[in-house]
Amino acid sequence: MKQSVDNSRRDFLAKTAIAGTITIASGVLLHQTANAKSLNETSTRNPHTPVSNINRWGLLIDTNKCGKSCSACVDACNTENGLAGRTGPQDTQYIRKVTLRDKSTGHELSLPLMCQHCESAPCVDVCPVNASFIRADGIALVDRHLCIGCRYCMMACPYKARSFVHEELHNQKTSDPRGIGTVEACNMCVTRVDAGKIPACVEACSADNHKAMMFGDLNDPESGISVELKKHGGKQIRADLALNTGVHYQGLNE
Amino acid sequence: MKRLLLLIYVLTGLLLVSSSTLAQTPTPTINLPKAKNLKCAIPGPLANQRRNHMKYLLHQRDKTMHEGIRNEPVSLAKCINCHVKPDAQGKLPKIASKQHFCHGCHEYAAVQIDCFECHADRPQKYIKRKQALSLKQMLQQHLASNDIKTPDIIKTGDIIKTPVSKNQQGVNQ
Repeated sequence: MKQSVDNSRRDFLAKTAIAGTITIASGVLLHQTANAKSLNETSTRNPHTPVSNINRWGLLIDTNKCGKSCSACVDACNTENGLAGRTGPQDTQYIRKVTLRDKSTGHELSLPLMCQHCESAPCVDVCPVNASFIRADGIALVDRHLCIGCRYCMMACPYKARSFVHEELHNQKTSDPRGIGTVEACNMCVTRVDAGKIPACVEACSADNHKAMMFGDLNDPESGISVELKKHGGKQIRADLALNTGVHYQGLNE
Repeated sequence: MKRLLLLIYVLTGLLLVSSSTLAQTPTPTINLPKAKNLKCAIPGPLANQRRNHMKYLLHQRDKTMHEGIRNEPVSLAKCINCHVKPDAQGKLPKIASKQHFCHGCHEYAAVQIDCFECHADRPQKYIKRKQALSLKQMLQQHLASNDIKTPDIIKTGDIIKTPVSKNQQGVNQ
């Protein structure tokens, strides 16, 4: 009797498994025929289980597609995280738009530069109170409950990714608590990622039809970002520092 | 001996004075808005919420921050969503206002709260996690259940000495 119950259950699960395989297969086919860059992989983690190193979330930015005068990603980031959007030397910027100019040819490149979510991050190395940490799924965060505001991580970061909050803040977002006396940086929209969504900057870039940014799991060889990286390659900024960043760029020449 | 007796008298006198002043201490009357839901996320009687709310929050804060578990039964965002309600003018009170649920009580108890230097002090719509499992997860669970569940025949039967996988195939058919 028990066996027959098992049978039906197993049959059902087997069918679901087959359905799953078909979906995955069709997804791969879709990728081969259509634009690979529209495939942003999102988190499918069970919300009750902790994050793990099964995933490593990363970004891929195609500088050839990035609009020179476009700031959609920066604006979306400011809205999402409740930033004022000022660009002074002491103001918080999660994303900076950087323009690179080749002096010999005059060729200009524009790219968004944010926390590169390094695997072996200097900010984590230097933090005296373990407030800087890399979450198991590769997202670099600051635990502001622990941060004492020494700003050592800001000095250690080669990408100028972190900012310090100098003044008392009001009207913060529930999704991004931030306050006076602590250091902050791009958190790859961690609450959105946990909710199975893509970061706000990537969404805004796609909505603006640039499609220069791509979000996905670097550990999953079948994710859009991994396939694209395997196919066309990508560069890490200051790869010589061997930090193994989670953010990759295309269209950068040495 | 006399000195000792004197000391005892003085001490009892002090105790009596202090207890009489305690009796005169006014009982707390704080007029705070009632929560949206009558059932609090923190279990047990009201005393447990008053005495231990910080422990519940502290416990889940590290889970949320480091492990990404964002649907714990108790969270600061949930407290705020339920307890901070608009005043007579329809405005949501800021943390500096006595009408703010947290501030009202904490001012009375003279306990400073630092939560709202960073956290939002008023309700907002925040992203909730989708509960559905993906096909990939279902497949993983299916595979995992195959590992755990060994058919009863193997446990009881002495005759069958075949490997587990073969038996499982038999059950599938």
